[in-house]
Amino acid sequence: MIANIIENIPGLVVLIVIIAASLIPLVGKSRPVLAWGIAVIAAFLSFIMSLYILNVVMTTGKIRYWFGNWEPPWGIEYVFDPLSAFVLTLVSFVGFIVLVYAKKSLEAEIDPERITYFYALYMLFIGGLMGVVATGDIFNLYVFLEIAAIAGYALIAVGRRREALMASFTYLILGTIAAAFILIGIGYLYMATGTLNIIDLAVILPEIYQSKVVLIAFAFFTVGLSIKIALFPLHNWLPNAYTYAPSVTSIVMAAIATKVGAYVLIRVMFTVFGPEFELTVVHVTEVFLVLSVVAMIIGSVLAIAQTDIKKMLAYSSIAQVGYITLGIALMNVTGLTGSIMHILNHAIMKACLFMVVGAIVYRTGITHIHDFVGLGKKMPYTMAAFTIGALSMIGMPLTVGFVGKWYLTLGSLEAGMWYIIPVILVSSLLAVGYLWRLLDNIYFKQPENASELKTVKAKEAPLAMLIPTCVLALLCIVLGTFAYLPISIAEEAAKVLLRY
Amino acid sequence: MEIIESTKPIYAILISFFATFLIAFAARSPNLRESWTVIAALIKFGIVMSMLPIILAGKTIEYNLLTVMPGLDIAFRVDAFSMFFAITASTLWIVTAFYCIGYMRSLKEKHQTRFYMCFALSLSAALGIAFSANLFTMFIFYEMLTLVTYPLVIHSQTAEAVKKARRYLVYLLGTSIVFQLTAIVATFYFAGTLEFIPGGILAGTASDMVIVVIFILFIAGIAKAGIMPFHVWLPEAMVAPTPVSALLHAVAVVKAGVFIVIKILLYVFGVDLLAELGLGLALAFVASFTIIAASVIALQKDNLKARLAYSTVGQLSYVVLAVSLLTPAAIAASLMHIMVHASSKITLFFTAGAIYAATKKKKISELDGIGKQMPLTMIAFTVGALSLIGVPLFAGFITKWYMATGAIEAGHLIFVGVIIISSMLNAAYFLPIVRAAFFKPLPEGEHPKVKELSGYTAFTVVPLLITAVMVVALFFVAPWVMVLAQLVVASVIGGS
Repeated sequence: MIANIIENIPGLVVLIVIIAASLIPLVGKSRPVLAWGIAVIAAFLSFIMSLYILNVVMTTGKIRYWFGNWEPPWGIEYVFDPLSAFVLTLVSFVGFIVLVYAKKSLEAEIDPERITYFYALYMLFIGGLMGVVATGDIFNLYVFLEIAAIAGYALIAVGRRREALMASFTYLILGTIAAAFILIGIGYLYMATGTLNIIDLAVILPEIYQSKVVLIAFAFFTVGLSIKIALFPLHNWLPNAYTYAPSVTSIVMAAIATKVGAYVLIRVMFTVFGPEFELTVVHVTEVFLVLSVVAMIIGSVLAIAQTDIKKMLAYSSIAQVGYITLGIALMNVTGLTGSIMHILNHAIMKACLFMVVGAIVYRTGITHIHDFVGLGKKMPYTMAAFTIGALSMIGMPLTVGFVGKWYLTLGSLEAGMWYIIPVILVSSLLAVGYLWRLLDNIYFKQPENASELKTVKAKEAPLAMLIPTCVLALLCIVLGTFAYLPISIAEEAAKVLLRY
Repeated sequence: MEIIESTKPIYAILISFFATFLIAFAARSPNLRESWTVIAALIKFGIVMSMLPIILAGKTIEYNLLTVMPGLDIAFRVDAFSMFFAITASTLWIVTAFYCIGYMRSLKEKHQTRFYMCFALSLSAALGIAFSANLFTMFIFYEMLTLVTYPLVIHSQTAEAVKKARRYLVYLLGTSIVFQLTAIVATFYFAGTLEFIPGGILAGTASDMVIVVIFILFIAGIAKAGIMPFHVWLPEAMVAPTPVSALLHAVAVVKAGVFIVIKILLYVFGVDLLAELGLGLALAFVASFTIIAASVIALQKDNLKARLAYSTVGQLSYVVLAVSLLTPAAIAASLMHIMVHASSKITLFFTAGAIYAATKKKKISELDGIGKQMPLTMIAFTVGALSLIGVPLFAGFITKWYMATGAIEAGHLIFVGVIIISSMLNAAYFLPIVRAAFFKPLPEGEHPKVKELSGYTAFTVVPLLITAVMVVALFFVAPWVMVLAQLVVASVIGGS
């Protein structure tokens, strides 16, 4: 029995989340607590399983898991290489820890009768994202991407503010366009190769690189995925979606939704088409380079212009996506390692920052940064977590944010593109600009009129929210100080992707 | 050279870090809180001094703490050069700890717990810089020093303080992220290591052009050294309480800046490489410009702390000028000057703070006759001023002497001229204050009643007398200090 379960962990890791998603509406209809319990347990088990998978992959190499023992191309297979195991662990971890946090926050932010359904959708969302990462079949990947996306639209729309509906609708339209593009890309690939299995595709495609069909497929993929990851200038859906969604949705979307998009982009570019394709056939890296650079600067500048903290963090996400695509565009191991490390950094750090925002909303209901005066005294631990997250975003040494930036900078030099370095670092400096204004308000600004202070009644966040926040903040430091381990995984992943 | 593995440097760094928690817990009881500061300062001093005999015996202490990323270690090394900075900072912290009590209490400042916590943390960062064995470790502590001094600069939390502190942060963090980090990455890329090695690591690893660019990035990236045009943050930082200006913005922070400049010049580039590319000479001219320009600006400042701040900018560039001459005497002078300027300038800042605490006077034009009210304070001021002007019997004379010798050794007489001109400028902006204090009458309506040595004011006056004595003592113990300097010179010059 046990041996049987262990053997099937690569399949169960996703299935358990999906099963939980379908159980929750049945058993938790009248008791949201039960729904929450099921979700937390499933997410935790899934996280443990993904750790197990990561361990196996790092010690013995790639895992291929055939559902029902149906060999591909007849059946669907799950494939875990260092990159997918790494991202899978990240997604399941964030999925789990946000759930722990979610209970209190949801009770305050959404209508009670919707809470159970929220958990069901949430599990579907996480399950979809995990499926995307796990699968070795490109059509299956599309299906999971859509599961996650549709669940995501609903997770945004439950926000109490009316703008949430509009934000969700915009995201729906753009997300559907993106999905259509990806589907068309898949269709063309199938037309040209006759297979949907990623490993088979990787073998067949190099022979027909010059085919127009392959080229067009690649174009559709790139544009579709660029919308999904909100790469400038296709980022329009993102700020409102993050801003008006309930806090829990913002946390999980900002932390992992775009990261999984980035995973798919890396997977398609490096595994399906192969680095050779980008280097010799289409010179898409130059395009990515330019867009990344623009995203890093424009995203940060727009973040400075915001007065709503959620919107500010949303625009900063657009800048951070630029870092990730920059590492992809560098096409060397160091750069790609930086990119993968930045996926890790951004997931942990953004989740932490959005959790802090959720806690502030829970206690005071404010999101306008000028109202934050005095919070440092009222919510010291939450604000300490915010400070650490902010330092990681800026990229201070000994935070995980530094690691990604170090590798990206080094990768730029290796690629002979020294002129990228100032952009990376100036963007960090702009991050100092928008984050420090906030820290000044929190800790040092004196209220002009004490009676108008909106933080008077604030007190420290409840433990159920505080602990996950602090765990993430600590992780920012631990992963940045003992960076050797995540780096060794990221570097291995990068080497596999670039076929060293 | 014999290497001893020891965790002493780590304890020396961490002691004030741990003290932070004790200070935080003692927030309700100010006396206990300040005792923790004093105790931490004494222990730190003890640990630092306990390393001195080992260093004087020609050995070095090393400790490799952990590898953060491939090629990037947190590692510590204590050598003769580290001792210069470490001794200076840890000695003066003890004095400052007492001074803080007097100053902060007599002015009834708010947020004192935060103040003492950040103060202790900045000493940790300063020693971290002193003991770092590679550029990465140094960079960590450099950034830490900026971040933990920020709450000290913004201390009063007025709109003005918020504005100036913001500029402080942007200058220090901005230059370090954009320029210094780029230079570090480039060094790592070309040299393959970030370790400080006497004689340098960059020679022969990249084209001349690249090395020149890295050099410029480093110099621009270390804004803490206050080389123009990256000095703007320093006068702004004077918005902080005076103990901060005294220990941090005349000693720990700015000395960390010049310490790193020297370290990078001698241990990353190396004397030979700098001489070959003419970079030493170029830096010498930039430093000379800073010396003269800062002194001229100082002349025009009426706010005492602002004048002292610009004087600091000029004096820091003495250190940079001396080291960039690249001759044995000049390098020794540069190391000496770290101690000399620290003790002299902290005395001057202490007096400025003592005057403010006792009389609320900030401007030089208000100081007429103050010597009658605070004679001891103004005598100490005179000592500090004479030392910085370079009068014999005071510590400053030694460094100016060696600096001039070094300039002649290097064959660049023009820098002797710079030293002479700037000494005259120093005299021009210090001596009028002394004259006004002692020889001008008090403004009408003020009693020549001595305001020193009563209540908390005594806590501000005694420390400045101690530092004034140090300034004089340093002149007489200079030969022993030179022994330490010779150790450094021997290791970086002449192919060790």
